[in-house]
Amino acid sequence: MRNSNEIIDDIANKEYEFGFTTDIEMDIAPVGLNEDTIRFISAKKQEPEWLLEWRLKGFAAFKKMKFPNWQHFQMPELDLQKLSYYAAPKEKKKLNSLDEVDPELLATFDKLGISLKEQKVLAGVAVDVVFDSVSVATTYRAKLEELGIIFCSFGEAVKHHPELVKKYLGTVVPHSDNIFAALNAAVFSDGSFVYIPKGVRSPMELSTYFRINAENTGQFERTLIIADESAYVSYLEGCTAPKRDENQLHAAVVELVALDHGEIKYSTVQNWYPGDKDGNGGIFNFVTKRGICKGNGSKISWTQVETGSAITWKYPSVILQGDNSEGEFYSVAVTRNKQIADTGTKIYHLGKNTRSRIISKGISAGHSDNTYRGLVQVGPRAANARNYTQCDSLLIGDRCGAHTFPYIESRNSTATVEHEATTSKIGEDQIFYLNQRGIETEKAVALIVNGYAKEVLNQLPMEFAVEAQKLLSITLEGSVG
Amino acid sequence: MLTIKNLHAEVDGKKILKGINLEIKRGEMHAIMGPNGSGKSSLSSVLAGRENYTVTEGEVIFEGKNLLDLSPENRAREGIFLAFQYPVEIPGVSNLNFLKTALNEIRTYHGLAPIEAKEFLKLTKEKQQLVDFNANLMNRSLNEGFSGGEKKRNEVFQLAMLDPKLAILDETDSGLDIDALRIVAAGVNKLRSVDKAFMVITHYQRLLDYIVPDFVHVLYDGRIVKTGNKELALELEEKGYDWLKEEVHQKESV
Repeated sequence: MRNSNEIIDDIANKEYEFGFTTDIEMDIAPVGLNEDTIRFISAKKQEPEWLLEWRLKGFAAFKKMKFPNWQHFQMPELDLQKLSYYAAPKEKKKLNSLDEVDPELLATFDKLGISLKEQKVLAGVAVDVVFDSVSVATTYRAKLEELGIIFCSFGEAVKHHPELVKKYLGTVVPHSDNIFAALNAAVFSDGSFVYIPKGVRSPMELSTYFRINAENTGQFERTLIIADESAYVSYLEGCTAPKRDENQLHAAVVELVALDHGEIKYSTVQNWYPGDKDGNGGIFNFVTKRGICKGNGSKISWTQVETGSAITWKYPSVILQGDNSEGEFYSVAVTRNKQIADTGTKIYHLGKNTRSRIISKGISAGHSDNTYRGLVQVGPRAANARNYTQCDSLLIGDRCGAHTFPYIESRNSTATVEHEATTSKIGEDQIFYLNQRGIETEKAVALIVNGYAKEVLNQLPMEFAVEAQKLLSITLEGSVG
Repeated sequence: MLTIKNLHAEVDGKKILKGINLEIKRGEMHAIMGPNGSGKSSLSSVLAGRENYTVTEGEVIFEGKNLLDLSPENRAREGIFLAFQYPVEIPGVSNLNFLKTALNEIRTYHGLAPIEAKEFLKLTKEKQQLVDFNANLMNRSLNEGFSGGEKKRNEVFQLAMLDPKLAILDETDSGLDIDALRIVAAGVNKLRSVDKAFMVITHYQRLLDYIVPDFVHVLYDGRIVKTGNKELALELEEKGYDWLKEEVHQKESV
């Protein structure tokens, strides 16, 4: 009979499913980072002067900044001069419809389970697809346009809706926010743009799928979502990358803006290549995500299921500026082998009667390290602010680590801030109980883990909750301690 | 159905079963009694395949198969069910989802298609009524926040749902008040049939007033030292275990 340790080793060796590469002709920027690189990207994208200026400001800020040192892991050496900052599939001519997309690309996304043919895609989900540095396709666009909803690549938004981009770009995550955000401001290539007009509820889920393919490139996409007054949108991003021995950097920025009674629900299912069992290769996922509830009664909700990347380092945050606004953060972070996650959220209560809820579920297996780091800050004007934080860690095996760093700063005596934390282990008793009912160990672990993460998975749009459940099961296949 | 021959087992190097011999046939109800620490629960753990128990000698044949060669889940799929003395809690996993998974794993093992949703619900309702299990508990997380009695009743409900060939009840009566005991016993009695066998492990005779055994075995120091019918249980209730212990020691010194 196999013992627990053998089964643990099995999952450790479980192959990453999406590790293939696509052979396609690419347009790639020369390696290196300097002002010329930035001008090259801006020119490639035929950008207006103001955007180039903004990029250069970002680059200037970047040059003055150092890598942070407060994280709970050894910062890997990053040589940003060795990367290429732009890679795009070569376009033979201007695309007029999806039928003209390179068949090799279509095949790639079919393989990933993302069909770009509208009749085949998940009913009720519009998808924008970003391949390396550029958006290659957006589905259901016409249908959304009828409602005044703008859903397109960032590059197109700059061309067709410059006033909106200009008004909101960098207002939530400034070009000098942190070193990775500054780098992104300088070299960002593409990403998604969403605008939901006043009083409109998006009738379908909007979704962006990110794929890194090229070697020695970084991916720096930028997403901007605006929910105007009383507008609502649910948005989901997914991502994968090929297996490579070198680490690849992903430094994205996401900005969300919710005006009076506007609501944005942002879900992430992150499955970048995590590296092999010895910790070689994998994506460095250093991302800045922040939303602002600008208006009265607005709401922003982050849900993330993080299973990939060698290092995940991000804190999707909410600034609760409007009175009666509401912020939520639901997270499941799974680490195994030598993966590292240092993730959590920051919630800033500025307005009166603001509410926030944080549910974080960490799952660590193998030799991995999983950290929750969260800040709840209540400003002097935030009378009756309320926060509830629950932060649980589940350990699988005895060689992994779980850490919790909650920071609470309250400057208003009428505020209520609650924090609960638990750490548990999948018990042999639980596994044996399920075994005794005929359920094999791998399924038993999947059942226990999905039960543990249920509160967060329930927040995902239905179509993706099932995917996320499967992903959790695959990621942790066979893991027992 | 089950033949145990000269079974020896240990835990952490400590010998706990020292030569068990037992034959259980279809339709039979066997009671295993004995003082604390005599190896009653260990016997159930060894049969179910708990990881930290090592069999050092002997064999167990279940329905013609060498049971000790099988993984715990395959033993369950072959038809061995253990009602736990301390059922575990699994947060977030609903009782019904768990049972459906278990039932389908067993069906797949026997080459059957997964059960239809409608059929599953029908089965659930039927069994829930049969063993008088609270319907509200079926959608709750598995045993989470259940009272001691509710957990034990859930074990009997699972037993009804999974319909094994051999059910081992490990001190299912412990911690139950008399009303709960009656309900649990009534459930078990309804599940008795000519092709199912039971092994009921209990410390007290009380349970056997409600579940009447065909055989009573007394386990002491890792061995079955006496076998009788239901009268033996009454005798033990009256006289305790000491006279049996003395008998064993006398035999050994002869």
